[in-house]
Amino acid sequence: MALSGLEIYKLLPGSSKNPEVKKHANCKECGFPTCLAFAMKLGQKQAVLAQCPYVEEESKAKLEASAAPPIRLITISANGRKLEVGNETVLFRHEKTFYHEPGLFVRVKDTQADAAEVAKAVGEYMVDYVGMNLTMNGVAVEAAGGDFAATVAAVKSACPLPLVLLVEDPAAAEAGLTAAQGTQSLLWAATPDNWEAMAKLAAQYKVPLAVRAAGGDLDALAALAEQVKGAGVEDIVLDPGVRDYDSSLAAFTQLRRLALKHNERNVGYPIIAFAGDDPVLAGQHIAKYAGFVVLDRFSSGTVYPLLVMRANIFTDPQKPIQVKPGIYEINNPKPGDPLMVTTNFSITYFSVANEIESSGIPGWLLVADAEGMSVLTAWAAGKFDAERIAKSVKTTGVAEKLSHQRIVIPGHVAVLMGELEEELPGWEINVGPREAVDLPNFLKMQWG
Amino acid sequence: MPTIEVPKEKWNGKVREITLGATAAEGGTRAKTVTVGGETTLPFLHFEGEIPRPPAIAIEVQDRKPVDWSPVLLEAWGDVTEDVAAWTKAAAEAGADVILLKFSLHDELSPDYARQVLRHVLDATGLPLIVFGPGQADLDNDVLVAVAEEGKGENFVLGVCEDKNYRTIVAAALAHGHLVNARTAMDVNLAKQLNILISDMGLPLERIVMDPTTGALGYGMEYGYSVMERLRLAALQGDGMTQQPMLVTPGEEAWRAKEARAGEGVPQAWGDWAERAINWETLTASTLVESGADIVVLRHPESVKRVRGMIDVLMSKSGVTS
Ligand code: B12
Ligand code: SF4
Repeated sequence: MALSGLEIYKLLPGSSKNPEVKKHANCKECGFPTCLAFAMKLGQKQAVLAQCPYVEEESKAKLEASAAPPIRLITISANGRKLEVGNETVLFRHEKTFYHEPGLFVRVKDTQADAAEVAKAVGEYMVDYVGMNLTMNGVAVEAAGGDFAATVAAVKSACPLPLVLLVEDPAAAEAGLTAAQGTQSLLWAATPDNWEAMAKLAAQYKVPLAVRAAGGDLDALAALAEQVKGAGVEDIVLDPGVRDYDSSLAAFTQLRRLALKHNERNVGYPIIAFAGDDPVLAGQHIAKYAGFVVLDRFSSGTVYPLLVMRANIFTDPQKPIQVKPGIYEINNPKPGDPLMVTTNFSITYFSVANEIESSGIPGWLLVADAEGMSVLTAWAAGKFDAERIAKSVKTTGVAEKLSHQRIVIPGHVAVLMGELEEELPGWEINVGPREAVDLPNFLKMQWG
Repeated sequence: MPTIEVPKEKWNGKVREITLGATAAEGGTRAKTVTVGGETTLPFLHFEGEIPRPPAIAIEVQDRKPVDWSPVLLEAWGDVTEDVAAWTKAAAEAGADVILLKFSLHDELSPDYARQVLRHVLDATGLPLIVFGPGQADLDNDVLVAVAEEGKGENFVLGVCEDKNYRTIVAAALAHGHLVNARTAMDVNLAKQLNILISDMGLPLERIVMDPTTGALGYGMEYGYSVMERLRLAALQGDGMTQQPMLVTPGEEAWRAKEARAGEGVPQAWGDWAERAINWETLTASTLVESGADIVVLRHPESVKRVRGMIDVLMSKSGVTS
């Protein structure tokens, strides 16, 4: 947790009990008139600790620790595909934003004949959502009594994504880590029984290590994290050992609060969650504080909604995602092809553009500057009215590209028709359907 | 060994308790009533406060077979969508706590017609009701005033009650013993303001359900999610005008999305239609339940099952550690 200026001042030479240190008080070498002034600047992150040559070692350690993020950023990677989780600063997204989307992983077992096939599908999966390519983040390979190293190797060559190695036997873990070499995988898990050997492996192979306690025992979890850290592992992930909705919600909420509000360093790490084959539970983990979510089953009809949900929850609430206003040409339109108007809210634009594009019908899509709002929101806020639409028709010069003067408006703003006729004399205003899904049919039936 | 203290927040507010429906003893005809609200902490955090009862699930039925519903939905219900009474019974069997009767827009819709439909539904189930008009201000007023009178004393929820039409609907609720669903467009202050306007007309806060509006997954859900979190935090911090239980309609929103409606001509990466569509509704609903919804209105029976399954576990208090 960040310290206040006054708290920092208590750790600077000006507050020292050691006369050898105290004598430097207010010496100005840091570039500030007093130790207190320097402390204030440090608190505002407008100065760096190294500017004062006289800070005691003990204080230095405290100050550096307080400057570290309350939830450590953990990175895993493979073939240049990287996942970063942690470093979150709030409990609720409206307080600022959530920064690092939790990684979505699919579990395969080393006893499973189609492990590599599943891994391949996971690695290849990509879906477009409002112009963003959403992908899975990796595969969790579980040692279940088969040939772990061979399965890890097969998964690694079938799928370019980072791995999680689910293994508790140190010998198997080492075989898996060897097979995974060249990637930065997450090793799961150190327990009270095997932590020394696992910590050694994690340090040797330079991979993050998950620590697992039983049944939501956060004391045991913190103790284990401390031990593992003492053994030289800095990159730690937490598994409080809970698997159902209720106990995960309680444990993960407590861990997040402990890290952010209680400065509990031993639990200042991302959490790994196991959702089984329940997408609803995975959804809870995404919204409520997991850094890694492991699913037992891969299926497009399930991961697509989950990836969209993750994108929604991790959207910065301060800035709606927008597209640039202007004319968008879809399917190489000719001057006689239809003209439609919409707003520049990404979700709105892409729902309309994707419909037209996939229908194969050529068309001109005029995107009005509605300050990034949906059709009805913008209409209600006065950002998508007849005047604005007319203005974008005129300023973009779309008329010059067309051989007609006809424009389709969204069905939801049918009320604008009359006013728009006044604003655009000589134009024919057509009211389109309410939902974009119905647009291709409308164009086929009504345009011509 | 370090001991970690369970990090609890101290809240001094409480969500109001509101009861839907009335039994014969209470002046209605319902076989049972449903109470929501009463929470003294954030959703399901049993370790720091009271979550006295689970959120309720309402299933939406319409007065006639919907013309614009996804085939995935129509198939799930089968023939019962042809008859509102049969549909109501099927919805009760599918696990509804409450039935939401929504009037659709068509030529026959009139106050008398609405009364008849209401009768059928009241006869078909002993569950409490929510009644929504077709969503056009004038018609809503006509329909809701008529059903309010027809169902006098049943203590059902009348909606949608918005800033432009609240006077008529609140007056009907006052005159005939009902509750209202106060809907505002995803804004904490608008929600508070409408609650104030309605209670200023004399309807007690114990009879106002608050509907902060939701968007579907992928279509603005996150706005509703955060507004609900903020409303609930304000309620727990003691702001009396935000302490109404919250009702949201994830079913209606999710099934408007293309992901739920379109089976053909969509990217292969969208996967199986029914699987994706049901996940769309379920994830929209479950996310809102986790942000404080007290009543969720759903459409697909499988979504009802899944959301119920989740709520059951969340109410089991397995997460209370000593
Ligand atoms: C998310 C949301 C917000 C977000 C804004 C999100 C954004 N960036 O726009 C926030 C919370 C900020 C917000 C604010 C407001 N909102 Co608002 N909001 C919504 C909500 C829930 C979803 C909107 C959305 O994103 N839809 C998804 C997009 C993709 O839909 P769309 O743009 O309409 O596009 C679809 C169709 O129109 C069609 N289409 C689009 N373009 C075209 C073009 C053609 C040619 C055709 C044929 C079709 C077509 O295709 C799309 C997919 O089918 C709706 C309610 C709802 N559930 O719909 C209310 C809603 C739009 N908001 C409303 C209001 C009143 C407001 C506010 C004025 C109130 C307030 N809170 O102060 C403010 C205004 C903003 C301001 N003053 O800054 C009202 C509008 C009421 C009305 N009918 O007038 C609504 C309907 C809620 C309600 N029932 O009261 N809102
Ligand atoms: S360098 Fe600055 S902070 Fe350090 S002792 Fe001198 S005045 Fe104080």
